Amino acid sequence: MKIDYNFAFFDEGSKREIRRATLKAVAIPGYQVSFASREMPIARGWGTGGLQLTLSLTGTEDVLKVIDQGSDESVNAVNIKKLVKKTTGVLNTDDTNKATLIQSRHRIPEKSLKDKQILVLQVPIPEPLRLVEPSEYKTKRLHAENEYSGAWLMLFEQIMKYGNMSTGADHPVKVYDRYVMAPSPIPRFDNPKMDYSKALILLGAGREKKIYAVPPYTKVKSLAFEDYPFEVESFEDKECRLCKATGVFMDELIDEDTKETYYQCNDTSYCLDRLNNRN
Amino acid sequence: MESFEKPILKVNNLRKQFGNGCKKCEDMSEDVLDKNYCPECGTVYACQDVSFEVYNGEILGVVGESGSGKSTMMQCLYFDKEVTKGDAYISNYKDGKSNIFKESSQQKRYIRNNVLGKVYQNPILGLKMDFSAIGNIAEKLIASGNRKVDEMERRGNELLEHVNIPLFRSKEEPKNFSGGMQQRVQIAKALSNNPPILLLDEVTTGLDLSVQANVLDLIKKIQRELGISMIVVSHDLAVIRMLADRTIVMLNGKIIEKGLTDQILEDPQKPYTQQLVHSLL
Ligand SMILES: Nc1ncnc2c1ncn2[C@@H]1O[C@H](COP(=O)(O)OP(=O)(O)OP(=O)(O)O)[C@@H](O)[C@H]1O
Ligand SMILES: [Mg+2]
Ligand SMILES: [Zn+2]
Repeated sequence: MKIDYNFAFFDEGSKREIRRATLKAVAIPGYQVSFASREMPIARGWGTGGLQLTLSLTGTEDVLKVIDQGSDESVNAVNIKKLVKKTTGVLNTDDTNKATLIQSRHRIPEKSLKDKQILVLQVPIPEPLRLVEPSEYKTKRLHAENEYSGAWLMLFEQIMKYGNMSTGADHPVKVYDRYVMAPSPIPRFDNPKMDYSKALILLGAGREKKIYAVPPYTKVKSLAFEDYPFEVESFEDKECRLCKATGVFMDELIDEDTKETYYQCNDTSYCLDRLNNRN
Repeated sequence: MESFEKPILKVNNLRKQFGNGCKKCEDMSEDVLDKNYCPECGTVYACQDVSFEVYNGEILGVVGESGSGKSTMMQCLYFDKEVTKGDAYISNYKDGKSNIFKESSQQKRYIRNNVLGKVYQNPILGLKMDFSAIGNIAEKLIASGNRKVDEMERRGNELLEHVNIPLFRSKEEPKNFSGGMQQRVQIAKALSNNPPILLLDEVTTGLDLSVQANVLDLIKKIQRELGISMIVVSHDLAVIRMLADRTIVMLNGKIIEKGLTDQILEDPQKPYTQQLVHSLL
């Protein structure tokens, strides 16, 4: 049975509305723009925000890459690719370089992004102040008044409890010296990649109905106290067991047989690319 | 004393109404002034043209029965609620030349963080129960621009020590603390930026007698050592007698009597105050 989908699943009106919200987000770096989040054939919380952005942006010439926590082959990534391909017919790729559109959950690829690429990040909780202020009305006011004590307080608490800013993921950033933004649960390791990124970065939260953006070449600074500087996860002295890469974000794994700890690139396509190009 | 010294806080005709009012009540006729609401439209006049001053280093007591408008007045002063009309001046803020009620919300936040400290009757309103005690104190320091963790930690511990919270509990969440400890954390938080004025709303209500005495001693100590001016709201005359230099008596949203605390308690002039004093002593 063949079902006729509209190109990119949505009707033109829906896509236009998402694009309008996106344009507004680009015009106000780091500011969360509300949009009418659509029902999707995948469950909310599984990247519907990112997927709506991707679908609204996809044109016939686009080449799409989808990654889920560094992997192009996870069930989630594969399902999203299938849906976009089925409704648009665009090409898929694992190669960061070849992609025009990259949808990702929890990572920014290791390979530097380029001009004219668009990175779409899936966001579960877009509001960096949510844990200190449950009311949306109030957080909107706090953003308007540039009042970010709550975000600093959360970092202070972490230092009190763990001795360092061990947020791990979703470490808040200040965009264009104005809005504090949740970069989505990417590791701190990826935060610096947002700073003056050549690619446009769009962030979409389906359940929370928010779109926000870091335009290309925009200052993005991770929050840090004067006496506790921002630090990324360190993989010093570690190398990928497969491709021997260093200075990338790695997964820590345990060898079943020897019970020894080893490291492997978290970005699988990066690792594969290195392996293929070696010989 | 009042004629020589400039007050640190001056409040003029503070009014707080809940509701829009109507023809009958807009001119504040006797009908309305007798109660605190309009029988015609139901508008509540929680504070009606309240005026008073607080002088440097003094504790001003506020007494009155439940519903007389004490908390509402404190909430207006701390910008928890917006006043309907009236003005107020703080000598430490813009030389006492600016009506603080008319300031922008950023400026109000600045005043809350740097010029005032408040202790709420209900600690849930004054503390983040899921954050550490020291984090609660740091919140105010951060809000006033501090970005040095070690400095804030030192200051936080110093304050907690000052209010007798053992250091080993400073990283615990106040939700695990007793009521008296929670009030003491609130006091430490209120003091964090050395505000010249402290607002205390029923700090001892609901605490055991011995714990009450403890908190009252602490307040006296703070006044003695730091010379901070305070407004202390309580319906407990014993608290007022122990703490307040001067006292105002509120009824139905109005101040009906004011004077030196001893005078008010020993020789009340208004029948209502006489009744209040006699029923409670
Ligand atoms: N949001 C509101 N809407 C309507 N009326 C209100 C509101 N908040 C307070 N009031 C009324 O304002 C009056 C003053 O209340 P307030 O809490 O200031 O009294 P209080 O003197 O602090 O009393 P208590 O001793 O019980 O704490 C009361 O009649 C109260 O019912
Ligand atoms: Mg009250
Ligand atoms: Zn009326």
